[in-house]
Amino acid sequence: MNHIYTMAENNFLLKGGVRKPGAKPVDLLVKDGCIAACEPSGGLEAPVDFALHEAGGQLLFPSFIDAHVHLREPGFEYKEDITSGLTAALHGGFGAVMPMANTRPVNDSAAVTRLMLEKAKAAYPHGPRLYPVGALSLELAGKALSPMGELREAGAVAISNDGRPVRDSDIFRHAVEYAATWGLTVIDHCEDESLAPDWKMNESETSATLGIKGQPPAGEALQVARDILLAEYLHLPIHLAHISCRESLELIRWGKARGVPITAETCPQYLFLDDSMLINYDTAFKTSPPLRGKADVKALRAALADGVIDMLVTDHAPHAAHEKEVPFEEAASGMIGLETAVAVSYDLVRQGVIPHTRFEELWCSGPARIFKLPINTFQPGDRADFFLFDTEARWVVSPELLHSKSHNTPWLGRELSGRVSAHWLSGLKLL
Amino acid sequence: MNQFIWPHKDLLDVDDLSLEEISYLLDSAEQFQEVNSRPIKKVPTLRGKGIVLFFAEDSTRTKTSFDIAGKRLSADTFALGKSGSSMNKGESLKDTALTLEAMNPDILVIRHSANGAAHFLAERLTRCSVVNAGDGRHAHPTQALLDAYTLRRQWQGKMQGKTVLIVGDILHSRVARSNIKLLSALGVKVRLFAPRTLMPLHIAHWPAEEAHDLNEGLAGTDAVICLRLQLERQTSGLLPDLAEYAARFCITSKSLSLAAPGAVVLHPGPINRGLEISAELADSPHSRILDQVNAGVAVRMAVLLTLGSRNDALAAACGQ
Repeated sequence: MNHIYTMAENNFLLKGGVRKPGAKPVDLLVKDGCIAACEPSGGLEAPVDFALHEAGGQLLFPSFIDAHVHLREPGFEYKEDITSGLTAALHGGFGAVMPMANTRPVNDSAAVTRLMLEKAKAAYPHGPRLYPVGALSLELAGKALSPMGELREAGAVAISNDGRPVRDSDIFRHAVEYAATWGLTVIDHCEDESLAPDWKMNESETSATLGIKGQPPAGEALQVARDILLAEYLHLPIHLAHISCRESLELIRWGKARGVPITAETCPQYLFLDDSMLINYDTAFKTSPPLRGKADVKALRAALADGVIDMLVTDHAPHAAHEKEVPFEEAASGMIGLETAVAVSYDLVRQGVIPHTRFEELWCSGPARIFKLPINTFQPGDRADFFLFDTEARWVVSPELLHSKSHNTPWLGRELSGRVSAHWLSGLKLL
Repeated sequence: MNQFIWPHKDLLDVDDLSLEEISYLLDSAEQFQEVNSRPIKKVPTLRGKGIVLFFAEDSTRTKTSFDIAGKRLSADTFALGKSGSSMNKGESLKDTALTLEAMNPDILVIRHSANGAAHFLAERLTRCSVVNAGDGRHAHPTQALLDAYTLRRQWQGKMQGKTVLIVGDILHSRVARSNIKLLSALGVKVRLFAPRTLMPLHIAHWPAEEAHDLNEGLAGTDAVICLRLQLERQTSGLLPDLAEYAARFCITSKSLSLAAPGAVVLHPGPINRGLEISAELADSPHSRILDQVNAGVAVRMAVLLTLGSRNDALAAACGQ
């Protein structure tokens, strides 16, 4: 009987990927969905039944983690669902996403967490993976603690009240303590809503001119200060979500210098956009926290380089067209980011703001360290999750090219440099 | 001779206008004020044109002023309020606008509580002109034009170098925002005075100076524009009480005595007697409040005619 070779899809040799600009290309041997070897190009021989892929000198990244997204399922599937959100993640270079709990019903029970995980598994059994964030309080109401033990058992990897800041410091303190019982870190959306309630943008020259009620940066920084003091007092970690202003950065710098176990993230929008861009009432730029001033953009960029900011996230927040095509103050806050974030933020490397390795750290090992998630380090045995990034590709962001159900991005219609050209997860070429 | 064609489809705020265009509007308002003093006040210039007055926020005087202005130009005016529209049934502003445009009006006049509402409509309505009759705290261009008109008459056309004090709730005032831009464009020095809670921050880029106290603001000023104090400001924690406001911020004949000789007082109305302006000052010869109302009709006639005849001029130019 003739032996029939079956070519397993997840056994292959990828030739000529570049781990950082200017470096010599490498070849990657993948066996059974895991890294078998990673050697300078030409040094590896593939078994005869292995497929061959050419990277052609494109940048080779481990799949990134987006630790702050809103995938809207259950409850708001008209904006996004887990399948479309993961498809967007796949095309954007993300192998793992952490969806926030502000769904309907809120993810404050094992039932909702399991539903999310089942949907993800059905849509993408080999990844992108979903790591749900459980609600901090029941129904995100900021009053009663959620069952965090149950949430963790079901698969939640962190706890947050994102979108509904916790004003009551006593409840917040107990949430941090209770989450730590289960080894969970609290992610805090820092906003003292008692300062400038019902704000619609940053308080600035632009808000004065437009007549729109603004939030001063202190609205964020006040709560950042509270969290740092509590983290120090309790000796427990707190992760600060989507930092937007330089006042917060100064406080975080102070806290870190004291050895307080705090970590912080920001998003591409706060590194490339500022509130002067709202002058025509374009609701695509409306987000929470609000876009701040040019000096904040500059300070945030510096904080990426010096380590005050630990990681990047998109805060991918899909909204339907009819929720954005209304007068500015009525418009929903937020922008999508999964499919544009890598291309947009790679400009930080191009502009010399951060080195290439730091860029990779901010999107991959940074969040992995904070939330204890597995990543591909290109060592034998690591899961073969990686993507190729074509730095030369230029593309115009358009609804036809996006896989998210919603198109609310300020980069719509703009040309971006660089595109995720191929993406393998568990050794399977899904893009 | 080339026919003059107005370059703007809409009137959203005064900073869209060049100095020549401002003068053109104020000059044509002069002519209409003359028309308005005739026994028969109607001219046939906009006959057959439709003007929708879409007032989604309460307004009596501005709506009436636009209505009279349209009718004196022989246009057909249709008034629509928030309760008369489907907005109470949850219709979005976009759908209200598209519905209105489908009725083919030539001009849509909009008053709305949302900042940027007029911009929002102007971007979406390609066939009809949009006139901003006040959007949120943002802009109120026809009020600024009628204030400039009133002051220009008062000063016999010499605006350059004059000083105007705007006093009151500047934070929430679209009248203040448009007036600052227009008056400064005309060479007027603008001063502002308000309690700190009613003054926006970050206004160093505004072409205006902040006075440190009321007396400093009044000293030598040629006119004072009092702003209406919304009575709900005291319940929102911005003011302790109305008595304190009246005692310290009310403009009286006595306060006007600190101003330049012959100084006048304006107010966009409706006035709160004894709160931001004293009754005796409002009724005194220094008051130009009723002149403003009178000028309002003429200025709005000028705006409506300019925009209403623009499409015809464009069509005629294309036909040549």
